[in-house]
Amino acid sequence: MSAIAAEIKAEVPAKRGSLKRSRRWALVWSYVFLIMFAVFFLMPPVYMLIMGLKSSGEIASMSNPWWVFHPTLDNFIALLTSEQYLTFFRNSAVISLAVVAITMLIAVPAAFSLGRMKFWGSTTLAAGVFLTYLVPDTLLFIPLFKIMAWVHDTTGIALLNHWWALIIIYPTLTVPFCTWIMIGYFQSIPKELDEAALIDGAGYIQMLTKIFLPVALPGIIAATIFAFTVSWSEFLYPMAFTVSADQLVLPVGIVTTLIKGDVYNWGQIMAACLMGAAPPLIIYAFLMDYYIAGLTAGATKG
Amino acid sequence: MANGITVQAPAPPAARRMTMQKLMRRRSTTALALALPLILLISGLVIYPAFFAMYLSMLDRKMETFTGMRNILFLMHFDTFWMVVKQSCIFALSAVFFKALIGFVTSHLVHNLPPKGQRKWRGMLLVPWVIPTAMSTIAWFWLFDPAYSAINWILAKFGIGPVPWLGVTSWARFSVILVNVWYGAPFFLIMYLAALKSVPDQLYEAAAIDGANWWQKVWYVTLPMMRNIIAITMLFSLIVTFANFDIVRILTAGGPVDSTHVFATWAFSLGIQGNNIPMGASVSLFMLPILGVAAFFILRDINRRGSSV
Repeated sequence: MSAIAAEIKAEVPAKRGSLKRSRRWALVWSYVFLIMFAVFFLMPPVYMLIMGLKSSGEIASMSNPWWVFHPTLDNFIALLTSEQYLTFFRNSAVISLAVVAITMLIAVPAAFSLGRMKFWGSTTLAAGVFLTYLVPDTLLFIPLFKIMAWVHDTTGIALLNHWWALIIIYPTLTVPFCTWIMIGYFQSIPKELDEAALIDGAGYIQMLTKIFLPVALPGIIAATIFAFTVSWSEFLYPMAFTVSADQLVLPVGIVTTLIKGDVYNWGQIMAACLMGAAPPLIIYAFLMDYYIAGLTAGATKG
Repeated sequence: MANGITVQAPAPPAARRMTMQKLMRRRSTTALALALPLILLISGLVIYPAFFAMYLSMLDRKMETFTGMRNILFLMHFDTFWMVVKQSCIFALSAVFFKALIGFVTSHLVHNLPPKGQRKWRGMLLVPWVIPTAMSTIAWFWLFDPAYSAINWILAKFGIGPVPWLGVTSWARFSVILVNVWYGAPFFLIMYLAALKSVPDQLYEAAAIDGANWWQKVWYVTLPMMRNIIAITMLFSLIVTFANFDIVRILTAGGPVDSTHVFATWAFSLGIQGNNIPMGASVSLFMLPILGVAAFFILRDINRRGSSV
């Protein structure tokens, strides 16, 4: 018995050593490949920064495109003092914030009702909500375009070429998914909690605001982030529904007005892209865990 | 529970049924009221437009007379249409395949790291997904620019001639797929990483004791455990990629000579730019079959999950 133990003991160090070594090699290779992937993944944003810091003269001279020889903030300053860019930014910001508010006002009560207050057809409706999330904007933009024109003809309310009309359209992109992840969060809350609330004489609305909202706060944050980033980066609807320069949102504004100028002012375009990408990136930097929770919730929670 | 009822027995049966009915009524009306805005939004701005698109696709160009299937038949005899079908399939299938592959590889690499460093790498690698696509695609557009291409600049250092990234059909097709993979792979990475973390360590230990090597562990432990999440992620991604608009629109706008158009961009250029709304609607409706197939599988998945709970 003791002899066997001694034998094992003698063998262990050598084995552990080789295991350790192979682990270390695996780790080194992991880092090597990860650095390669990171270079690929971070190339465009880094390039945006490099070009944003260059002057037009330096870009035109076609020197090393991956290095800034004379960094300057001129492009950023020019954009921040440009009436047009600030208009795009303001349009995007107002639309995104309004859409987030509308989305949460629609999605949270609906998710509570579908997830916790079973009623006739609630399961079917929940599945239906998820299916509508799969209907892409590229299928809906043509009929929506026609409907907006029709609304103008019959009621005189001009929806086309007005940025605020996008506030009505964007919730179709955000509400289904937000409802879906909120259903998941609400269902994960133990049933005893609402029974206790009912016994204490709370109504359903009180139950939602006093118990479910605080407990499901992580889910609400995740859904809010999702709604904001989706409405901030939406490209097709504003591209199809708005034309005039003062009605554009950031992504479309950069693509159509800054690129279609006679001179490609690339330094400024890249600076505009970088600043346009900043709000989602900043939110992501600070709330990464919620962001990722929201991403994975769609497929893993049911 | 039973004890509590017998002790209290507060109301005679009839009265209790009344309050129960009242409660049920109140409960379902409240529930319906809470879900009503959602139902209105979805039926008014998603379901109705979807059917309206079908109606639109059956009108003539001036949208005055009903022509039935004529638009669809016209498309069937149109070479560009078949090219778009082919390109959409090549685009979606290869992009999803490479996204899944890169996501699978990178998730394993990140999973290999010590837990402390994982967060940092995960955060860095998800950046492409966070940047609005329109903006990152503009950066790609310039990275590919024939005169200023920063990628060609690097390739030239290795003696590789200037690559016409967006100028030649085959390269342009490659480029739109590349940018799509760049944008979508981080999503797969996150999903697969979450799946990897949910595989119990004991399974790997058991496999190691049985003498399984690395490949066998991946093939017999990781893949079966991740099968569900791999399937559902690829399905989602297939839908989104099939319906992609912004990358193709900004990078090539369908060119050269319509060769990189997918359904969405072609529908846009026919319907909104070409002012032929019925034709645009017809084209976009060809995205429905893939949606239907995906919906079938996802519903099956939801139902299975519902019955297992």
